Amino acid sequence: MINYAINNLVLPKKINFINSRITDKVSHFLFFLNGMIVIGVLVGIFILLVFSAIPAFKEIKILEFLFGLEWNPTSYVEEKFGIVPMLVSTFMVTLGSLCIAVPIGIGTAAYLSDVANGRTREFVKPIVEMLAAIPSVVIGFLGIVLVGPFIAKIFNVPNGLNAVNGSILLAVMALPTIISISEDALISVPKAYEQASLALGATKWQTVIQVKVPAALSGIIAACMLGMGRAIGETMTVLMATGCAPAMPKSFLGPVSTLTSTIAIELGEVAYNTKHYYALFAIGLVLFFITFLINLVSEIVLHKYEQVHR
Amino acid sequence: MDIKIRADKFNFFYNETMALKNISMNIFKNTVVGIIGPSGCGKSTFLRSINRMNDVIFGARHEGDILIDGENIYDKDIDVVGIRRRIGMVFQKSNPFPKSIFDNVAYGLKINGIKDRSYIAQKVEKSLQDAALWNEVKDRLSKSAFDLSGGQQQRLCIARALAVEPEVLLMDEPASALDPTATLKIEELIHELKSKYSIIIVTHNMQQAARISDYTAFFMMGELLEYDITSKVFTKPSKKITEDYITGRFG
Repeated sequence: MINYAINNLVLPKKINFINSRITDKVSHFLFFLNGMIVIGVLVGIFILLVFSAIPAFKEIKILEFLFGLEWNPTSYVEEKFGIVPMLVSTFMVTLGSLCIAVPIGIGTAAYLSDVANGRTREFVKPIVEMLAAIPSVVIGFLGIVLVGPFIAKIFNVPNGLNAVNGSILLAVMALPTIISISEDALISVPKAYEQASLALGATKWQTVIQVKVPAALSGIIAACMLGMGRAIGETMTVLMATGCAPAMPKSFLGPVSTLTSTIAIELGEVAYNTKHYYALFAIGLVLFFITFLINLVSEIVLHKYEQVHR
Repeated sequence: MDIKIRADKFNFFYNETMALKNISMNIFKNTVVGIIGPSGCGKSTFLRSINRMNDVIFGARHEGDILIDGENIYDKDIDVVGIRRRIGMVFQKSNPFPKSIFDNVAYGLKINGIKDRSYIAQKVEKSLQDAALWNEVKDRLSKSAFDLSGGQQQRLCIARALAVEPEVLLMDEPASALDPTATLKIEELIHELKSKYSIIIVTHNMQQAARISDYTAFFMMGELLEYDITSKVFTKPSKKITEDYITGRFG
């Protein structure tokens, strides 16, 4: 009788064990496949970019491309393929947007996590996140009809379609990311740090700045990097709001044309398989390297930071 | 003896729950007061009332007064930050900041506006010495505080609290997460610190309370049932329930 009971207990277990091993292997394979698809897409894009860009360098010198100060691919006199104006434009607009978005973003995150009461936070945070849902073309539109005239009036320039306009709009677009992720990072700082700081006679403000922000720094850096990635990669808004003059930018109040907006504008009109066509892919490759570099640097920064602070 | 802290008919509520009922007690200068009692009896709440750490809890309110050197810490015009600076606290679970050992101890000085580097360095060394940690960490002050063992981390937290020269030290079960050796070190430390500070220590460990405290307070259900010289509480308690608790018949 006892033997019978034991056998009955053991038998189904064995079958389950085999079953679970099979499902384990199948699901393992499926997840592996998913990971491979992502890597495959990434490698595929990279290869496509490289092979589309290579022909450009048969006719354009790489140094001339990277350090040339003029971009004039359709000139009848002498075609110029220098991307420095675009690099500078992209740098200006990105830097400008970060200068606006990072302080406001971290400030808002600190307000939401440490100053606002529960009800205010529940009200404000979804609204901030909804900001991310506004299509970039709508933001670009606002840039033309709202921010542009405003800038023109304040700085007394003929029109407001310039780097400042682009910076402001990109800041608006980067803010939800920066606020949301920074706030999550601040919220997840252990309460014990806050208590220790307060018990030592620190004010709430000191606690946030000197204990919570450093403790959440990895998340905050990640937030800013993601915001920066958004600013560099964003196309439609800058295309609409920055004036798109491919000349070397003279000031923040002059029109600029970023890497992205140049590709977007010119790729639609360029003749297939020409020097110009390949040059645009080369710009795409440069853009790819820039974002890759930013991700790499932020990973290294994060890693170093975590080693020190854990 | 001089009274350092005086609780006067102090009641404390979390929303509608009454956590402390009519607590009146005097705590003298340069003594160690052990607070014992079963879990949820209000020991920690009372401790946290003394440096107003309960303020941050939503729905917390109080009645009655707590005075330090005759000054009501619940006075409307009082500076809470100043009160907390005068009353140091060591928590149950060691909670060093994710900073270097040096920066952990220097933090309290820096937030109080001290910028003189050599003074800060001196003070950090002195505090670590007072917390009996200096010899173990003097060669690695710039290393992360998380590299220390649990007992060392707790002594670091004590050093951090000492650096701002508090008048009173509140300790909420400071040794409950430590092994016997580390516990012994903390107890020896408390004994030495007594000459400079008034210390109030919450503990679940009867032997510990008997060993280190001059006075013992027995809390139960939010009430202060017994408060007297430790030897008296442990040998001739005035209430039967205190004796039952101390001898381990419940709790």
